[in-house]
Amino acid sequence: MASTDDPTPWTGYTPVAAWDEAMDVEGSVRDPYARVYAEIERMSGDDLYSRAEALANTYLAQGVTFDHAGEERPFPLDIVPRVIGSDEWEIISPGVSQRVKALEAFLADVYGSQHCVQDGIVPRRLIATSQYFYRSVAGVEPANGVRVHVSGIDLVRDQHGIWRVLEDNVRVPSGVSYVLSNRRAMSQMFPEMFGAMGIRPVLEYSRRLRASLAKCAPEGVDDPTIVVLTPGVYNSAYYEHSLLARTMGVELVEGRDLETVNGRVYMRTTAGRRRVDVIYRRVDDDYLDPVVFRPDSSLGAPGLVNAARLGNVTIANAIGNGVADDKLMYTYMPDLIRYYLNEEPILPNVDTWRLEEADAREEVLDRLDELVVKPVDGAGGKGVTIGPKASREELDKVKAQITADPRGWIAQPVIQLSTVPTLTDDGLEPRHVDLRPFAINDGDDVWVLPGGLTRVALQRGQLIVNSSQGGGSKDTWVLGGVRHRASTQPPPEARVEFGGIGSVPQTAHPEDYVAGQQQQQQQQQREQPSAEPATHPDGPAEEASC
Amino acid sequence: MLSRIAESLFWIGRYVERADNTARLLDVHLNVLLEDPWVDEPSANASLLSVMSCPVDGPVSRGDVLRHLAFEDDSATSIAGTLAAARENARRAREVISTEVWESLNTTRMDLRRWSRASRPHEYFVWVRERAAVVWGLSSATTSRDDAWHFMELGRSLERADMIARLLMTRSLEGTTGPNWTTLLRTCSAHEAYLRTVRALVTEERAAEFLLIDRLFPRSIAYNLDRAESILSQIEGSESNRALAGRARLALGRARTNLEYSPVRDILDDLVTQMHEVQRACATASDLIRDRYFLPAATVTWNQEAL
Repeated sequence: MASTDDPTPWTGYTPVAAWDEAMDVEGSVRDPYARVYAEIERMSGDDLYSRAEALANTYLAQGVTFDHAGEERPFPLDIVPRVIGSDEWEIISPGVSQRVKALEAFLADVYGSQHCVQDGIVPRRLIATSQYFYRSVAGVEPANGVRVHVSGIDLVRDQHGIWRVLEDNVRVPSGVSYVLSNRRAMSQMFPEMFGAMGIRPVLEYSRRLRASLAKCAPEGVDDPTIVVLTPGVYNSAYYEHSLLARTMGVELVEGRDLETVNGRVYMRTTAGRRRVDVIYRRVDDDYLDPVVFRPDSSLGAPGLVNAARLGNVTIANAIGNGVADDKLMYTYMPDLIRYYLNEEPILPNVDTWRLEEADAREEVLDRLDELVVKPVDGAGGKGVTIGPKASREELDKVKAQITADPRGWIAQPVIQLSTVPTLTDDGLEPRHVDLRPFAINDGDDVWVLPGGLTRVALQRGQLIVNSSQGGGSKDTWVLGGVRHRASTQPPPEARVEFGGIGSVPQTAHPEDYVAGQQQQQQQQQREQPSAEPATHPDGPAEEASC
Repeated sequence: MLSRIAESLFWIGRYVERADNTARLLDVHLNVLLEDPWVDEPSANASLLSVMSCPVDGPVSRGDVLRHLAFEDDSATSIAGTLAAARENARRAREVISTEVWESLNTTRMDLRRWSRASRPHEYFVWVRERAAVVWGLSSATTSRDDAWHFMELGRSLERADMIARLLMTRSLEGTTGPNWTTLLRTCSAHEAYLRTVRALVTEERAAEFLLIDRLFPRSIAYNLDRAESILSQIEGSESNRALAGRARLALGRARTNLEYSPVRDILDDLVTQMHEVQRACATASDLIRDRYFLPAATVTWNQEAL
């Protein structure tokens, strides 16, 4: 332990008004962070910065980048991990899984007989006016009943340390590739901690995803051909698409690689057409099929929807999922969980005002300067207005927008997101974070990837964490995995044999070792007379020994 | 293998090989300019640029040559341009090439910036050749010998045959006597192999023969044409529609046999035309391969009225 006089990277670290996950208000370290705290305390500030720089360089070399305004940048990864204790994970994991099951049931209902409307849980108006409710896919039955193959449920932790759901993402949630590469980079950077802390692994994600995609193949296909459909190399998440395709061992296709003939989907290969059974698409609904959606799109393939309707191909995630994850439907989620699953929600929502309701609207318009206003179908932090930080003009503009289109907006109280120590130019400081755990539904079970993407706002006091708004990421460590390096007794025998068999000797060029020693000896003998090197007849001793 | 991916792999092969050979060729050119006392530098430079198919009007300085062939960013003839393009193609085909190959191409592109104002071009050229060797070494050690490998190798052999033909054309640059045959052999890393094979001093005809048609040396034109032909027939396998790929093989085979069965003296007397023929054969083959295996350039546009 360093004495109080020596500055450590932690000197001057003080939590702000929010819940700090590493330190409580008295300044003592919370349990899950004990080991990380001690490890960093032993380093000098320079050491920490040089490790951070090494991290950035690895990412550049590996090409772990995202596209920002047409330029490839390394994805910012902070050097301090975020740690989640296993007791907290015991709440998050079932909570996320419960949420996904309810979303799944809701989608099946919406595109089926709409019981939830008849029973008065959700107003019909709400579904009918949703921009992402597509009548064109009503009646398309997914092969094993799964519509939400992959989901990302955004969680935040409020002032009291309570985990809340901020947003559901069941269309094409992205970010999981950063979870995988962050882990790889961090385990190289802090091998000591990985051995000792029992961090739950994330690597099985690709295997799980592949298995669940294989399970949702059209009936009668034993060994399905799976592809990942990407909008192309200029998409901001292209790195993720190629990483998923690579680690699953499947083809990464663009729309122009696909063609549909007689309701079947094929990809163009050098050996002719090859049938495609499952498409894990990373293209938005609107661009997927120019026959049904935007006719000017060349990112998808004409005829995909028809092929899916005929049951000849499975599209994952299903088309039309957007009706379930807009921010207005979000407010009905607790009711929907009770309605479909007959359970109390494990993870609460953030309190939200529906601006369509006149009373709520009136209250919100009065208190606009202390609330957060968000568009219901927005993503990436676009269009969000944070009341306390907005100018008079901005607030007036929002007011006008709400009055004109109450269906398009929701309001929430300002949540002081929890903070985690983060390396900044001024040393370690608390920065606000959120968490996006990823869940895979294979039809039998919903599996939640231990950890998920922690996004961190790198500006002081900034509450929007999206990478498109200058946010970074952290590796997320969930404790409570199996400890690999439990102390084992060394075997009693001195000589260890592998599987009961001795080893096969490694051979070498016959002259290299035996004869080589002799040559060396001869040379040494020749050198011996040269006790006085300068007078040696053959010249300087240096040459003779070469 | 997806057609789009195959095309990217083919071009990775071509670009890396092009960068490698351009570095060799520039290295030798700068040396000739230094050593030839009667050199007319502007016209030697201008005709070098036209050999590399990027002709420029007016007098051409040494700096211009370096800019066009070594450092320019957006150019299919400069080393920096082709290495960057190879990396972009690798990014598109990221999921089929191995991590090692990808990282070697990616770091090469990143390090290019370091060299942009290099005072000593020779060191830059050495570095380029080394990077190309790293890429080839890694891909040879980490790629299955399936179509991915075949298309990359195909691009590489075509490009190598083409570039050696261009290199031999520098024998007849205007305004200089050009590099001598020993230099040319060295440029192709062929001098030692030549000495061991021919066991004689370097004479014009023997050296030319070695670089044109030696059956065993991997930097002779005929070796690479032959290699491209055999890869093509491996890719074809048991396909039904062989016509276009067959024509590609035909073009290569004709160029190769022409070199092999003509007296070497005849070829030397007419070196420029003969080397033109080799380049044209490679270009024809490349076009035919594109038509057969890669997507046609036309994009599909969906017209809703057609419903």
